[in-house]
Amino acid sequence: MTEKKIYDIVIIGGGPGGLSAAKSAAENGAKSILVLERDREVGGILQQCVHNGFGLHHFKEELTGPGYAQKCYDLVKDRLEVEIMTDTMVLHIRESEGTKVVTAVNPKNGLMNVEGKTVILTMGCRERTRGAIRIPGYRPAGVYTAGAAQRMVNMEGYLPGHKIVILGSGDIGLIMARRMSLEGCKVEAVLEICPFSNGLTRNIVQCLNDYDIPLYLSHTITGIKGKDRVEGVTVSKVDDKMRPIAGTEFDIDCDTILLSVGLIPENELSRELGVAIHPRTNGPVVDQHRETSMDGVFAAGNVVHVHDLVDFVSDEAEIAGKFAAIKANGEAQPAKKDIAVNPGDGVNTCVPQHIRLADGADESVRLFMRARSPERKVTLHITDANGDVMKKPLPIVKPSEMIAVDIPAAKVKALAGDVTVSIEGGK
Amino acid sequence: MKKKADVVVIGGGITGTAVLAALARYDLECVLVEREPDISMGTTKANSAVLHAGFDAPTGSMKAKMNARGNEMYHELADEFGLDIKWTGSYVCASDDEGVKTLEELKARGEANGVKGLEIIAGDKVRDKEPNLSKDIKAALWAPTAGICWPFGMAIAFAENAIANGAEVVRECEATGIRVEDGKVTAVETTQGDIETRFVVDAAGVYADAVAAMAGDKSFTINPRKGEYILFDKTAKDSLVSSVVFPVPTKTSKGILVCATTHGNVFIGPNAQDDCGREDVSVTPAGMDEIIAGAKRLVPNIPMGASITEFAGLRAVSSTGDFILGESDAADGLLLAAGIQSPGLTSAPAIAEYLTDIIVKKTGAKERTNYVKGHKAAPVFREASDEEKAALIAKDARYGRVICRCETITEGEIVEAIHGLCGATTVDGVKRRTRAGMGRCQGGFCGPRVIEILSRELGKRVPEIRKDGVKSYMYYDKSYDGGDAK
Repeated sequence: MTEKKIYDIVIIGGGPGGLSAAKSAAENGAKSILVLERDREVGGILQQCVHNGFGLHHFKEELTGPGYAQKCYDLVKDRLEVEIMTDTMVLHIRESEGTKVVTAVNPKNGLMNVEGKTVILTMGCRERTRGAIRIPGYRPAGVYTAGAAQRMVNMEGYLPGHKIVILGSGDIGLIMARRMSLEGCKVEAVLEICPFSNGLTRNIVQCLNDYDIPLYLSHTITGIKGKDRVEGVTVSKVDDKMRPIAGTEFDIDCDTILLSVGLIPENELSRELGVAIHPRTNGPVVDQHRETSMDGVFAAGNVVHVHDLVDFVSDEAEIAGKFAAIKANGEAQPAKKDIAVNPGDGVNTCVPQHIRLADGADESVRLFMRARSPERKVTLHITDANGDVMKKPLPIVKPSEMIAVDIPAAKVKALAGDVTVSIEGGK
Repeated sequence: MKKKADVVVIGGGITGTAVLAALARYDLECVLVEREPDISMGTTKANSAVLHAGFDAPTGSMKAKMNARGNEMYHELADEFGLDIKWTGSYVCASDDEGVKTLEELKARGEANGVKGLEIIAGDKVRDKEPNLSKDIKAALWAPTAGICWPFGMAIAFAENAIANGAEVVRECEATGIRVEDGKVTAVETTQGDIETRFVVDAAGVYADAVAAMAGDKSFTINPRKGEYILFDKTAKDSLVSSVVFPVPTKTSKGILVCATTHGNVFIGPNAQDDCGREDVSVTPAGMDEIIAGAKRLVPNIPMGASITEFAGLRAVSSTGDFILGESDAADGLLLAAGIQSPGLTSAPAIAEYLTDIIVKKTGAKERTNYVKGHKAAPVFREASDEEKAALIAKDARYGRVICRCETITEGEIVEAIHGLCGATTVDGVKRRTRAGMGRCQGGFCGPRVIEILSRELGKRVPEIRKDGVKSYMYYDKSYDGGDAK
């Protein structure tokens, strides 16, 4: 066991969240920042996202996934405050007399305990699997999560198969529909159990429509055929409760099934540490500085709630990095007001869940929200105990697309009692 | 592969491997042939993994005898073979007066079968131990000698011990015929050639009748009965159970149970579906609804959001309803281990002892003087102390690289599993030996890395690596050859 110095900040995960948090922390006065990354390189899942469309908001230019990751890395790699350890798996995090003790392991250093005044959780998310959604049938080779297949195609240079059915219209599934088409495979169908797509509109257009790939809404797989290798699927239409409708079955021949059926924030370490987890986001409950229920433990990005754009992950991680730096330097002002932010009608999730304000605080707060259902011409309505805080017309909302809204500093200062965020005027 | 042996065992499930390990104590040349790329791929990989106390089978039946002896033997073998067994005990729960009456019958039968420590306890007492159980449960039969185990690990331990003692395990080798001359077994024909032998042990699971018929024994049939399961993440453990919880049994099965695994997961199942064929291990919507409903009668709040996988297995139900054990009347030298359904896993070492005794008597084989005892379980990183972890990494740095995040499985453990005496050759083979890919992400993250390690360690290309079955190839070459990459 190697005992190390106490870092200002230990960051768990070197994807876009961890790297953006490190950059911001260094810019805001943290003197020693350690980023622990389990993969061989930093960049997280971006490394396998070879398509473009990243960075328009955060870097104001269009980048590929590896390009975005490189940019995040370039911003920290020469900073003396930032130390990056790759190939390193964090096994546990615990609180010990005011510091956070992170137990990690890698082949070079072995098992180690590193200590931090603060910790930032940026572990990202993982894909929901076949088992989680209970698809009936056999369990042959040829069923992959879209992300695992993406890694094999884009990084390792192999194909998962040649005739593909994709279950779920999440963004990775849509991107993989295009990717497999470009690799010369036939994508037979994309099936979506919801009556609407769960991907970005631009991905429906650019990844399905442009390649003539049919999207079946309100359909799901009700059987997988093939004992050793996938030989086909049985597809059924579903009713409004998402139950398969008998008599609607049809078969599609295929050798591969890719699953894009949702992402789950990866919070095993957070739970073990004792951070409060929100039942709907499956991520830590955070305040506007991305501090969790535990003092000095921050969290940002997809580990808090799954974002649609990596740009928002970086934005959020920069907030966490800044306030972790302030906390590590002992400059954080104690909060005097704790305002809960609750999702109201039409809103599924809203982050942060708390706004904690110190005396004389002068800060604007950005809220991230997911709508419950797709709607047009609605109004985002924020209220507090005194009534209206603000209203914002939104031409279109979709559950797949994050809504971001800023509450200006003057209005934050005037907040009274708990805040509710609703989407009004929908069906 | 050996061309000549004293005994050929057909089938590499828990029965076949236990028989092989028991034979390996003697000075006998033994070969086990298995048609799949790995051992323990049939019923052994998809069952309840319960070591039963032994109160279910009718007194005097082979099932009852073998169950009682097998349970007793596992208590001793656990240490010797490094088997992953936890003696959790089991409950059979009754919710009405008729059920309570059945508990009394089970208790009496268990006592007649020689099961020790059986006790009927009140519902509240059961809930003290298993607080998530239904308030409707009035009483339960408590069997302290029941346990849970890791069946693949046991089959592998048995096989590797036998190999260390000179036995051979040949995988992807299907028995296609048994030669009988003058009423005596003379050879086994396989897809990899013939093996001359005097004795054949039929441990072919759901195909045991087909194998027996090769030697002319058509005295029984096997009618597979499918059982489906749902497995839950470790996070669900606290809302389920920490032992084995049965309902009152039905005529065809011990019912749908809620049961802990040795690694802290919990499963529910199985149902019992007849007339399913010998290859049907598909899970069905109706089957899943049935087991969820069944499990809810024991634990009302099943955390369905925490399910991580579903699977199905086949019970090798014989036409006699009992185990069919011993010498076949049809051909001298054919030994049957057929109809090995529940409590087959528990009975395996007893069946092995029973059949080995017959062969030893007939051959006069002597105990091996250089017998290598037991089996040493491979190091498990996540269960090691900090000092042990540091030592493992110091010895081999690959123990410092975590490949499976969900279960904390290191590259060192995976490499060890591939190079074992009966090493893994497939992705699921690695999973069964190490648990890599068995967690909540189901190999989403580690799958590609396990393939890479298998490819490197076996000297095979990635498209040659399989998931589990003979033709379960996972990835293909891209159509272009990469020639213009420069």
